[in-house]
Amino acid sequence: MAKVAYYPGCALEGSGGPYDRSTRHLVKALGLEMENLRDYNCCGAMEVKNVHPMLQTYLSARNLAIASEQMGLDTVMAPCNGCYHNLKKAEFETATSQQVMDTVQDLARKADDPVYTGDVRTLHLLEWLMEELGPDGIKQRMTRSLNGIRIANYYGCMYTRPRQIFPEKDQGPGSESSYQPHFMDDLLAAAGAVNVEYPLKTACCGGAHTLSDSDTSTQLVLNLLQSAEDSGAEVIATECPTCHSGLEMHQVRAETEFGIRTGVKVLYFTQLLGLALGLSPRKLGIHENVSDSIGLLKEKGVI
Amino acid sequence: MAIHEKSLIETERLLEHDSLVVDGVDVSGQWNTMITPRTIVDYDDDFEAKIQSYVGGEYVHRCWQCGSCTNSCTMYAQNVQFNPRYWIYLTRLGLTDELIKDKDIIWQCVSCNKCTNICPKDVKPEGVMKALSHWLEEEGITEKSPSRIFDEEFTDQVYDYGRIEDSKVMKNFFKESGQPLVQGWLVEFTKRMIKRLPVAHLVRLGTNVVFTPKTKSWGKTGEVLKAYVREQKEAAHG
Ligand code: SF4
Ligand code: SF4
Repeated sequence: MAKVAYYPGCALEGSGGPYDRSTRHLVKALGLEMENLRDYNCCGAMEVKNVHPMLQTYLSARNLAIASEQMGLDTVMAPCNGCYHNLKKAEFETATSQQVMDTVQDLARKADDPVYTGDVRTLHLLEWLMEELGPDGIKQRMTRSLNGIRIANYYGCMYTRPRQIFPEKDQGPGSESSYQPHFMDDLLAAAGAVNVEYPLKTACCGGAHTLSDSDTSTQLVLNLLQSAEDSGAEVIATECPTCHSGLEMHQVRAETEFGIRTGVKVLYFTQLLGLALGLSPRKLGIHENVSDSIGLLKEKGVI
Repeated sequence: MAIHEKSLIETERLLEHDSLVVDGVDVSGQWNTMITPRTIVDYDDDFEAKIQSYVGGEYVHRCWQCGSCTNSCTMYAQNVQFNPRYWIYLTRLGLTDELIKDKDIIWQCVSCNKCTNICPKDVKPEGVMKALSHWLEEEGITEKSPSRIFDEEFTDQVYDYGRIEDSKVMKNFFKESGQPLVQGWLVEFTKRMIKRLPVAHLVRLGTNVVFTPKTKSWGKTGEVLKAYVREQKEAAHG
């Protein structure tokens, strides 16, 4: 098993804290090896590219260069969709355009930063778990079960779009699909969950405008929550801190501003997998989620 | 004929009659709507090139008007006036007056990339949406959108520290966009957030607002990037 550089990004060190903690505990419990990406910088999230796209490309390339030049690692693992997307985009753009690569290297030299040479690949946490263990590996390590809890798996925009920057997706059996992603479904099913048919798997939560156009975001989140409930789900599993916070925030906003209540709980997939591995809810940060799922999890005999 | 895309025609040019007889034939009902003819003379022949000079707008010329972008668009599903295909069409023709009619919604693109994902001509419509909203703002046709204010606040923190702290971005954004920090739903959200949170986490969240996390090796990176962006923008728009 190869060691990877773990890139938490700003979100996991901020509002996505429970995702960071559950990821670390999960990875340890699974016996996988990762090392923090040293002194990393922000990936630019969804905002920096709007000031200038090259800025975003550079920020991500700088992180990739830290992994290879300073840590000697050839894989960066990011659990955040935004970080993952931006790193993949930088990987893709530098690989397909000599001009972009030249600009990135030129900027790095001017700034005395490590220089990216195109030798690093990026994996989302979901992909890393699939690559190292797969559903069978998860099953073998389980000490408890998710007891048939019904889950809508929500992947969001940036894990799948645009498909052009993820050349390894859509490569037939075993690969991830950009149109019908299934890695999270596969892992959670192995942990004893029942995945519902969820048509909005890759719909947008309006994360880019969470605060700047809140009404739109609330509407988009409501679509997600209500469709999950219509699909019979008790829980929405997330794999992105921005989606997760957006769902939680706008669930509360829909309730307080528009009086629309939805009962579906929001949990990180790492929290759910961690429970199946026998980790305590406290370690997994389940008490830190705004969406209060403790009652449901008890009722289901999961904790 | 029944008119299906009425939303594309200005209301003042639609003439609807309760009953209508043309050359002795009663054409009331389905056939009662007429469009007053209009000869368009206000083309801006350089407009397409102008949008191409904005980052994101480079490939607008490739569009063949298939409509896939609008068909898949998240915002179109919320509001049929939000129509990337149509705006790209107007851009290519240089019909800026028509475009300006939708100035207040163009910035609402949520960057979900459904359009860019599906576009068969690699136009990157999401980029065109950003280019158009930046053009509107920079020409002074609209105020800076809340989304632009947010982007700039965010990027400034990256320039300065290499990292951002989300609650600080949020606080500054509310200040700059003139929104109150104390809003009912946010108070409720915060209450629920801290209800079961261990004290240590609360303290950490609090100190992060005061001390922005910093990339120690950031050095002159921020300055180099700022200079790069300035040069690029000057080269494109003078
Ligand atoms: S999908 Fe592409 S080619 Fe089709 S209308 Fe939209 S921008 Fe034009
Ligand atoms: S990126 Fe913008 S224009 Fe494209 S589909 Fe999403 S909301 Fe519509």
